[in-house]
Amino acid sequence: MEYKGWDQVEAGAVLPSFEDKNCDIVGQKQEDRNYAQTNSYTASVADWRVFKPVFNKDVCIDCQNCWVFCPDTAIVSRDKAMLGIDYDHCKGCGICAEVCPTNPKSLIMFFENEENDEVLSQWPEKKKKEK
Amino acid sequence: MSKIIKNLKQFSTSNDRFEGAHLLCPGCAHSIIVRELLNCTDDNLVIANATGCLEVCTAVYPHTSWDASWIHIGFENAATAATGAEAMYKTLKKKGRLKDPDKPVKFVAFGGDGATYDIGFQFLSGAVERGHDFTYVCLDNEVYANTGGQRSSSTPRGSSTTTTPAGRVSYGNKKYKKDIVAIMAAHGAPYVAQVAPNKWKDMVKKYQKALATEGPVFINAMSACTTEWKFPADQTIDVSDLGTDSLVFPLYEIENGSKLTITYRPKNIVPVRDYLGVQGRFKHLFKKENEHIITQMQKDVDKKWEMLQRREEAGV
Repeated sequence: MEYKGWDQVEAGAVLPSFEDKNCDIVGQKQEDRNYAQTNSYTASVADWRVFKPVFNKDVCIDCQNCWVFCPDTAIVSRDKAMLGIDYDHCKGCGICAEVCPTNPKSLIMFFENEENDEVLSQWPEKKKKEK
Repeated sequence: MSKIIKNLKQFSTSNDRFEGAHLLCPGCAHSIIVRELLNCTDDNLVIANATGCLEVCTAVYPHTSWDASWIHIGFENAATAATGAEAMYKTLKKKGRLKDPDKPVKFVAFGGDGATYDIGFQFLSGAVERGHDFTYVCLDNEVYANTGGQRSSSTPRGSSTTTTPAGRVSYGNKKYKKDIVAIMAAHGAPYVAQVAPNKWKDMVKKYQKALATEGPVFINAMSACTTEWKFPADQTIDVSDLGTDSLVFPLYEIENGSKLTITYRPKNIVPVRDYLGVQGRFKHLFKKENEHIITQMQKDVDKKWEMLQRREEAGV
């Protein structure tokens, strides 16, 4: 995309969200949409992260709490099942890990530079309830 | 025609209309509130947005995060822009000049608490008085967060902000929070409600009711601000939970200016102290000389809750 200089930008701007004008937004899933370059879906905020959430499929119960409380639309959830995290849009705020109800949590925050596979192999065990 | 949402699993099949990679702070509640409004309906939306955090961060040139018609307008006139578009839509419909006249279109205005309580108040009042068919959502984070945390008339008593700093002499903001819900109900708006992001089902229900209602609707949404309320980013939902459970933000709705219904009654009411304790902006209240502010706050909250319960009982 060509960026305009500050002195070339016209007052008032129209930023189209999609390439085609007759886009069925409600009926189409994100991956099927024809996003325009001016849609923030094409951008990334991955470099904001210090911690990243890692998703463990084996523990997840598909309650979708993380989906509804994610402020960045970064939880990929299709057909009532949680599929994973969209690391392009996740800012690493940690809300998803906080609202996860399973024991042990199926979403845990780790340092950005840790490997996902390594972390998944050392997932914490189920904690017993303290009496 | 509104979408039927029975449970969270079903709600999660909605196709998102609010895109990620906007520049709101990590853990900001604004986007949770906005996202739910956009996802809870299948109708086309026309959105007017007052200046504020939400506007500055979701439309940073050259990107937009909105998959809906969206306009940025001045600090004060989000309500005016939405009602203007609504008036034009009605006229074009009457003249038969719309391409798709049967497709329902909803008009929504978003504003922060600065744009609603202070700067845009006259315009909002006028729009509601004229009786346009639109929904105004106030994202109430109790401070001018976008410009660095100055106090607004929504800032609660005792809160430390950049223009009312707490210190040796002062305990922070000395004014009380304006009761905007009561003011908007007094306008005779057909539907006025208060929502919080942690109670998603209550929020979705109220949104759907608001969009289905004909006439002006006002919704006040508690939006916990990690930056200005000073709590860790992952605590947004927990802080909102404390806000609704301590009844600092009671969830209720008022229909036709009089019929009040409480929509959420906490099982265990938490003391206001717990809600204040998790936030950095109230840190100074726990000093010995400021304890009376907390006691006073607890009394005010109890009084308000008593009033709401009695009003609900009496049905007036």
